[in-house]
Amino acid sequence: MNRILAKQQLSEHVFRIRVEAPLIAEEREPGQFVIIQLDSNFGERIPLTIADADQAEGSITLIFQAVGRTTRRLAELREGDEIANLLGPLGRPTEIRRFGRVVAVGGGIGVAPLFPILQALKEAGNHVTAIIGARTHELVILEDEVRAVADELIVCTDDGSYGRKALVTKPLEEVCSAEPAPDLAVAIGPPIMMKFCVETVRPYDIPVMVSLNTIMVDGTGMCGGCRVTVGGETKFVCIDGPEFDGREVEFDNMLKRLDAYREQEQQALENCKIEEMHR
Amino acid sequence: MSTKTSEQLEAEAQHLLASFEGKELTRKERLAIPQQEMPAQNPNERRFTMSEVTYGYSEAQARVEAARCLQCKNAPCIEGCPVRINIPAFVQAIEDREYNQSISIIRETNILPAICGRVCPQENQCQEACTVGKVFKDPMQSVSIGRLERFVADRARASAGQDAPAVKPETGKRVAVIGTGPASITVAADLRREGHAVTMLEAFHRPGGVMVYGIPEFRLPKAIVDEEIETLKHMGVEIRTNFLVGRTRKLKDLIAKDGFDAIFIGSGAGLPKFLGIEGENLVGVFSANEYLTRSNMMKAYDRERADTPIFQPRKVAVFGGGNVAMDAARTAVRLGAEEVNVIYRRTRTEMPARVEEVDHAEEEGVRFHFLRSPKRILGDERGRVVGIECLSHELGEPDDSGRRRPVVIPDSESVIEVDTALVSIGNDSHPLITQTTPELETNKWGNIITDDTGKTSMERVYAGGDIVLGAATVILAMGEGRKAADSIHRELSGT
Repeated sequence: MNRILAKQQLSEHVFRIRVEAPLIAEEREPGQFVIIQLDSNFGERIPLTIADADQAEGSITLIFQAVGRTTRRLAELREGDEIANLLGPLGRPTEIRRFGRVVAVGGGIGVAPLFPILQALKEAGNHVTAIIGARTHELVILEDEVRAVADELIVCTDDGSYGRKALVTKPLEEVCSAEPAPDLAVAIGPPIMMKFCVETVRPYDIPVMVSLNTIMVDGTGMCGGCRVTVGGETKFVCIDGPEFDGREVEFDNMLKRLDAYREQEQQALENCKIEEMHR
Repeated sequence: MSTKTSEQLEAEAQHLLASFEGKELTRKERLAIPQQEMPAQNPNERRFTMSEVTYGYSEAQARVEAARCLQCKNAPCIEGCPVRINIPAFVQAIEDREYNQSISIIRETNILPAICGRVCPQENQCQEACTVGKVFKDPMQSVSIGRLERFVADRARASAGQDAPAVKPETGKRVAVIGTGPASITVAADLRREGHAVTMLEAFHRPGGVMVYGIPEFRLPKAIVDEEIETLKHMGVEIRTNFLVGRTRKLKDLIAKDGFDAIFIGSGAGLPKFLGIEGENLVGVFSANEYLTRSNMMKAYDRERADTPIFQPRKVAVFGGGNVAMDAARTAVRLGAEEVNVIYRRTRTEMPARVEEVDHAEEEGVRFHFLRSPKRILGDERGRVVGIECLSHELGEPDDSGRRRPVVIPDSESVIEVDTALVSIGNDSHPLITQTTPELETNKWGNIITDDTGKTSMERVYAGGDIVLGAATVILAMGEGRKAADSIHRELSGT
């Protein structure tokens, strides 16, 4: 079960794996995620977005950044290894229909969950302008894949090492202010990027869909750890989301909640690095 | 509660037993036998360990306690039991030292005696109806039926291991059971016994439902739940973990694509309720579900080995007065909180928690603030909890539940300094299956509507436990499961 069929390193810390998961491959829709756990006794459960699926092969593709204890261990697994627990697909699928013109922003690893949404939006007959950004050239992922799907592609890096030297909000602002104006904006990436994308789009009065990746335990609605305030109401990202209209999301509260275990996680990471050194 | 050690309690029991052994006891003599106290870990020590608080009766204690039973002809205790265990008979068997017979009598109607003996609210069920308690005008003085049930169940576990119940020849029918909590376990066992193929579908990585993620180790050791699950596997029940019906598969597809002949939904009341007050999304506010799941199922209390972090509490407020609130409060104690405050809007008498849990919490240093409710949660500039503002209440006229309604006293605000707030005001039905299956009829609380047989509005689909009842108890869930299993069997066998 859950065997890793292929593994590829996309950049220093970013990996792409294809995992055997026939039921998830059959049921999954764009925007959905899985929960993985590497050890049934003491492992933590973490959400990862599904980047792609192959029904014929019965596999799903996961792209992740090895930054925490679990993702670092996941990066150490090889082809043929199994992921102890894999649950999904979770969350509500993206609302896919013909909106007209769509501008979609993917930041860093956020391009991975964005990609299947772009595919579906394109298939539904939308004109898609994609903006993908990263800190530096090495961290730009899925450029060819996105280029093949999008009508237009703008690549930018913070340090100017590749594409335009700009934050993603710059080209986003330009696309929003140009004619014809987009009918929908999508922004997926680090929370702070999504927050600023929402503020960039807000004056243009178009919906801006964001995909939130908050702290989760079960991913099925049982704990409420993932809750965010949306339009003044408490919502659970795992079952009400993960996508919301970013204009209604209280990002500041969400950012603080994401930091709840910061100290413990840093300690865990230190321990993890020491373990890796010893191996 | 007792400050006596196990050894003292044992010596007393031996002494009593010697005094009446072999004698035919009169009703008066039986009523004169003192209730046997449950031996338990010293409160000061157990604050630092997750291991089980109570040790269980010794044989002598069990026999003395069994001798308190008056063997009433009308057996009101049976009426008080949701699965109608033949209580006088199993208690008599203990008095007669026929322990195998005793456990067999219980097992006729209850397949989880080691669990029910620990977590049933007996004082509201069998022990509320007990004649002995009526004589003393105090259900806490009734025959300790739950402790006796636990005694024979543990004794059977320790001696022979568990014999898996016999399974009839295969019928060729396949049943999907959604969830692996008490209702689902009952259904799976009952239907498997009749020879139907049973597949249990569990969303988590570990089966057992609320008994694993919710009830803490110190109240219900997980090894006991694992044994019950193993028994099911020995019977040939298949358990699939990491399978969330509604997402991994739609309910309808279990019949249409996977060819199941019937479905039982026992997915429970898993959606935590929040108060809807200011500050509820601050860092440091958790549903009791989340806090308990992190500690129990993810083992976050084992900081050396577990990857899952848990918020380190210093001063804690727990909102609510049920068993889950007690579990959350006592877990916080064990995680090293200096101060744990339970905030409950009524008084001790109206608390829905089992008396034993409240007593245990108090012994462990948990403070109770009755007739108080949280008005808002206060945070600092980092968005972290620094306190709660509470309102005081007084009891007014009785409400629908028959309990006197708490009425807010104007301008009674006061602040308690805390860094952690645990919300334990109940759970709603898990919404996923009903959301993704529009054909299923639900009531206004989202509970699945069933008829008397446990059947839902969909053909071949049955439901039971908290998803039907709203949040209740292990034993009620089992009673519901039994009813549904019986109906499913009748439908599948065409009788």
